[in-house]
Amino acid sequence: MNPDQLIQLQGITKRYGTGDAAFLALRGVDLTIHRGEFVAVMGPSGSGKSTLMNLLGCLDTPTSGSYRFKGIAVEDLNKDQRSLLRRHALGFIFQGFNLLARTSALENVELPLLYRGYTRKQRHAMAREALAQVHLSDKERNSPAELSGGQQQRVAIARAIVTQPDTLFADEPTGNLDSKTTVEIMDLLRTLNTERGISIIMVTHEDEVANCAQRIISVRDGLISNDVSTRKNFPS
Amino acid sequence: MIINALLIAIREIRRNLMRSFLTVIGIVIGVAAVVTMVTLGRGATETVKQQISKMGNNLLILRPGQGWGWGGSPLFSLDDVDAVRDQVPGIASVAPFISNNATVVYQDESRTYDVQGTTENYFNIANWKLSLGRFFTDAELAESAPVCVIGETIRKQLFGEGVDPVGSKIRVKNMTLEVIGVTAVKGQGGFGDDMDDNMMTPYTTIIHRLSGRQGGKAFNQVMISGQQGYPTAHIVADVAALMRERRKITANEEDDFNVFDSQQLAEVISSSTKVMTSLLGAVAGVSLLVGGIGIMNIMLVSVTERTREIGIRLAIGARAREVLLQFLVEAVTLSCIGGVTGIALAYGLCDTLASVVGAPFLFDPKINIIAFAFSAAIGILFGFMPARRAASLDPIDALRHE
Repeated sequence: MNPDQLIQLQGITKRYGTGDAAFLALRGVDLTIHRGEFVAVMGPSGSGKSTLMNLLGCLDTPTSGSYRFKGIAVEDLNKDQRSLLRRHALGFIFQGFNLLARTSALENVELPLLYRGYTRKQRHAMAREALAQVHLSDKERNSPAELSGGQQQRVAIARAIVTQPDTLFADEPTGNLDSKTTVEIMDLLRTLNTERGISIIMVTHEDEVANCAQRIISVRDGLISNDVSTRKNFPS
Repeated sequence: MIINALLIAIREIRRNLMRSFLTVIGIVIGVAAVVTMVTLGRGATETVKQQISKMGNNLLILRPGQGWGWGGSPLFSLDDVDAVRDQVPGIASVAPFISNNATVVYQDESRTYDVQGTTENYFNIANWKLSLGRFFTDAELAESAPVCVIGETIRKQLFGEGVDPVGSKIRVKNMTLEVIGVTAVKGQGGFGDDMDDNMMTPYTTIIHRLSGRQGGKAFNQVMISGQQGYPTAHIVADVAALMRERRKITANEEDDFNVFDSQQLAEVISSSTKVMTSLLGAVAGVSLLVGGIGIMNIMLVSVTERTREIGIRLAIGARAREVLLQFLVEAVTLSCIGGVTGIALAYGLCDTLASVVGAPFLFDPKINIIAFAFSAAIGILFGFMPARRAASLDPIDALRHE
């Protein structure tokens, strides 16, 4: 196994439903993603890109095929083991931000740390540092309702990176944002990718957003229809 | 892990203060009701016991007739008293007793009191203490001395509060008695009666100077005190057997006397109070159960409402058991907060109600601990189902939940 390889999919299928209602969302996907890559996954709705993301993010298991994440056979893991994998290696950013309401930015960012046994002091320090990285140090006491969309997404990014994951999954991270804020968020993601070496796998349907990535994977009818690397200079 | 879950639970409760408050009210009321009922019940039982024990040390009273009525049955003679003393085992002390209502006059005051003739033993049997002066002696008994010991109520009514009446002369019917002592206050008796409105003289004084009864069967009561630890039921049976024999009552005739057992009365009253207490406690316990169902209801609503949050937690790596624990701990924390608040409320209620119903407020740690443990158990019981529902959610579905 190549140590550069982060993700390796082989013959991945995913079927929903049974019998006549059965529907094959993924029909034998092969895909390799290297460490430090910034990948955009594009595709029309119903193409299977969400299913692919859920599988890549270890939220779901494939019907058949093999998925190696850093050499770990994810399809063999049970629910709790996948939880632990997500806890220790993955970060998630969602379209709807998914912050806890009536909870300060700082406490939102601390959330993943609660499952990792850090002391209160350590949690505060780590969450403050993460908020500083997304330039929100002055908003740590604000609740999501008191923040703009862009700020909320930055809090969500801080929450995703506070555990120092090596892979970030972003599901339409700019879907709810205006174009100016979109640029801000994409700059932030690109910085995390180039400066911290975090691999990023992002679903989007906007071309400008996808163009921020080094590699664009298009999904159509449950298969990868196109795989273009725009820049070859992977940071190692 | 538990500490973490507790931390998250407390954050959640703080985040939804109003709802948490409303959820907890059921438990608060339940716990407060149970604790108040049981505490007041115990206080009432204790009061009755104390009041009855004020009557005397293991006091038994032999009286003519059946039940409370006298009904013209023969009274008791000094020989009867001696026979009881000499022939019944387990007896500490016996005193003959005559009680007569008589008008008592001091200066301008004139009132009717229960004038009792007895012996020195009676002071001991009925557990009288003195606040002033002395009791009368055997010598005074032997010479029918015109002396008396009065109760606090009589002192208050005839002499005035705080006045020392020792040495004063009062008139009872046609004779003048010297007050030689005042008994210490006993207060209310087991039947709500005043125990301090009687006066005691040597029975010889009453027989020779007051009642006109001469010799023979002069005593309308015999006061008996059992030895400490000796079962009073045996004394009752032995006294009854002795009296049947002495009064020549045949096997198919009923007793023309009765033996009152203060301990037995105390037990009867306190056991009936206990039954009442248990019933009220059970009713209150039902409200605790209803409170638990309230918690389950709100936790179920909470799980549905926070489905997305559960999705986030699962996505960032919470395991099913951690989500389960979080919701379980949240339910238990809520119910425990309810328990503690309920106990505090009960404390306040008991304090107020105790003075209203006239029972002492006996703080019993046991019932508080039981009530608290019960409320925690209710949290676990009714929190488990919602928690399991939360833990079984699929992270993808939960994240998509609107």
